[in-house]
Amino acid sequence: MSQGVQVVGLYVRDQDEALAFYVEKLGFRVHTDARGGDYRWLTVQHPDQPFFQLGLFTPESPVVDTATAKTLREIVAKGAMPPLVLVVDDCRAAYERLRARGVEFTQEPVARFGSVDAGFRDPSGNGWKLIEARR
Amino acid sequence: MSQDPELLRRLLRAKDRMDAASHEEWPVRRLARVSGVSKAHFARSFKEAFGIPPHRYLLTRRIERAKTLLRETDLSITKIAFQTGWRSLGTFGRTFCDVTGESPGAIRAREKAAPHDPQRVPACFLRAAQRPDLTIAVSEKRRQAAVDTKGSEGKEIL
Repeated sequence: MSQGVQVVGLYVRDQDEALAFYVEKLGFRVHTDARGGDYRWLTVQHPDQPFFQLGLFTPESPVVDTATAKTLREIVAKGAMPPLVLVVDDCRAAYERLRARGVEFTQEPVARFGSVDAGFRDPSGNGWKLIEARR
Repeated sequence: MSQDPELLRRLLRAKDRMDAASHEEWPVRRLARVSGVSKAHFARSFKEAFGIPPHRYLLTRRIERAKTLLRETDLSITKIAFQTGWRSLGTFGRTFCDVTGESPGAIRAREKAAPHDPQRVPACFLRAAQRPDLTIAVSEKRRQAAVDTKGSEGKEIL
């Protein structure tokens, strides 16, 4: 695939913490970790999606002004950022595995509408749904 | 007004816990413990963060849950009342009407009759979207409804 969405960014409160979470707990890989002065371009990748990168960015000046950065940090911490979905083959198995690694689940696996879904948050407050792929 | 993101993250944890188990009792003491703050601090900060006091947030969650069960299951209204955290059917029915403007039975009849495709929107997101937007206390809503009724009667006379 050569055309399509390549990077979608998340706001996180701390890039080191987010990196540890997405790599060590969720099993993503680092794609790019580049610095330019104080700015850090950090993206991770799901092992099955070599074309797609999830960016882990902190809201900070001068990319946005200080007041806006503060507001964005508050919004992330309140869990008000848009929904994220991680599709897995087996939701209950993934739930057990991730929970054992210390992932903060907000909803245990529930079977409904021909699938199973659970919910968790990253350390910053971004909410993920863990949804079992329909077979 | 701005709040410390670290505090907000811990308040979110209390909100998440209410979402996950809205049928349980959530006194401020319990919520404050989840967030690691004092009772007084919790109640004030939660409302500031989420625009609604914690007990009212819980109420909207319970109503949303009850609506889902009315729509998607054949459980009796009594069973639904107890499963969603009410201790009496009367309180459930009255509060449900006050918040939604319809009785549980009426909503069930209407939802069952209307064709819908729940698979289009993931259920979990639909739930957050279907939570009643209760911007005022139920007691206040009741009072306003009473005033409105009187008001419209007055107009008819005029």
